[in-house]
Amino acid sequence: MSRRIGGIDDYPSSPDRGILEVMSDRTTRMNTGIELHGLVKSFGEVHAVRGVDLTIGPGETVAILGPNGAGKSTTIDLLLGLLRPDAGTVSILGRPPERAVRAGKVSAMLQTGGLIREITVGELVTMMASLYDAPMDVHEALAVTGLSDFADRRTEGLSGGQTQRVRFALAIVADPSFVFLDEPTVALDVEARREFWTTIRRFTERGTTVVFATHYLDEADANADRIVLMADGAIVADGSVTDIKAHVDIRTIRFTLPGGDSTALAALPGVVDVDRHGDSIRLRCDDADLALRALIATRPDARDFEVRGADLEEAFLQLTTSIPAAVR
Amino acid sequence: MTAATYTRYELLRTFRNRRFFIFSLVFPLVLFYVIAGSNRHTDLGGVPFPTYYMGGMAGWATMIGVTAGGARIAAERQVGWNRQLRLTPLRPATYLGAKIASGYALAAASLVLIYVAGLTLGVHATGGIWVSMTALIIVALAPFAALGVYLGHRLSVDSMGPALGGTTSLLALAGGAWGPLAQHGFMHTLTQAVPSYWLVQAGQAYGDGPRWPPGAWVVIVGWTIVLGTLAMRAYRRDTGRF
Repeated sequence: MSRRIGGIDDYPSSPDRGILEVMSDRTTRMNTGIELHGLVKSFGEVHAVRGVDLTIGPGETVAILGPNGAGKSTTIDLLLGLLRPDAGTVSILGRPPERAVRAGKVSAMLQTGGLIREITVGELVTMMASLYDAPMDVHEALAVTGLSDFADRRTEGLSGGQTQRVRFALAIVADPSFVFLDEPTVALDVEARREFWTTIRRFTERGTTVVFATHYLDEADANADRIVLMADGAIVADGSVTDIKAHVDIRTIRFTLPGGDSTALAALPGVVDVDRHGDSIRLRCDDADLALRALIATRPDARDFEVRGADLEEAFLQLTTSIPAAVR
Repeated sequence: MTAATYTRYELLRTFRNRRFFIFSLVFPLVLFYVIAGSNRHTDLGGVPFPTYYMGGMAGWATMIGVTAGGARIAAERQVGWNRQLRLTPLRPATYLGAKIASGYALAAASLVLIYVAGLTLGVHATGGIWVSMTALIIVALAPFAALGVYLGHRLSVDSMGPALGGTTSLLALAGGAWGPLAQHGFMHTLTQAVPSYWLVQAGQAYGDGPRWPPGAWVVIVGWTIVLGTLAMRAYRRDTGRF
């Protein structure tokens, strides 16, 4: 089973279910979803993916989140059959990925890639639609991606954001059951990113499963029902944003303290690190109760206390940096 | 129809690319006019020079056209388009079929222009000769179509220009497209093993028209098999499709 270093271990099976129920659930998922089992992939000395188990059911919007080099793109390439695993299996709708691709059930927007030239947006989407037995209506694909006004525009005259939307249109015109997006907004500016996600949400409302890789926390937070957090080739956490935050035992204390001494504050019990901007201080704590009591006792002049649970960024930092040396 | 729509757009794209168009169509046409035009009243062993030279220019022009698809493949690979296609149900036969069809379409356009230019320079032949010339040129282009696909899947965009230009020029020269080569001896035998030689011979509008001995078929079919196998292997290695 997958290593759950982050301590989130209640997915996918819950302990209170009978074995039969779990088995039948598993069978259903195999036929309707994505199942990764014991995936391992190395490139020479680089162990890109080291034992990934993952089940994705229909209708979910899943973010595969992790720092660069975590194994997100390799996992997606394995999911799509673009790479063959050294060990382990991939099953999409109960079949190998190549067959799911050939049946038009899966499509993707890869991280790198441009568009062919000498063709208009509308022609390109039509050309791709013609490869499928039961494609989405071309006008609909253009409408969903906000490209109706660009249908007659040649691909070489598009902006970066428009190009990404065309690439997204090419992925969805297959009318697939699953769409994979590998860091779809990595090259876009803030405005284009926002527009792109509006487009994707318009599409996910139709009920298609979207799996996207990202290293932007805010994208995962805002757009995914579920986050699969990867670090160093393994899944370190898997759950909803709330789940992940709740399982992180870091909390922060913010307060105002004129003339605060960072070293002294860092020495307080329960404090992990100190972040000071003038009089405004933030303590990251693994035991916030203990730290707060000690702080009030030693510095009665501290005020404006605010104690918060971890935000996604803190969860991300904790979960992606707490990997034991043994698995590196 | 899957293959029909896909191929139609590939053809459309081919004819929208002006760079290929100019290189593939205009260059041989200009050379033909300059050389054959200024020698239009010259005879070469009883054959009017333009009639003789049209065969070479038709061979060279169509060779450029049919291999030009290779540069397009290299350009598409550079933008990752082949990986995108791998994520569709597109069959290798449809993909390669469309590439070969667009190469042939470009070659056909070149051929028509060279024929028209020939007519304006006084070339005349029977309908039967025009038909058998065209048919043999189509056959003789097969190894070059495979060569284009092979190079397109092996080379980068940057090296494609020199590679295609160099290869087609060398093959044109070795096949006698630019001027007569040795008619006897070892060099002649060697020349006859080159597919471009028979491509040029296929454009022979004089005498009884183009004549291919059985050996010509062996050379063309043999090169088609060799280059076709290399092209398939390069395509598979490149795309991971089997």
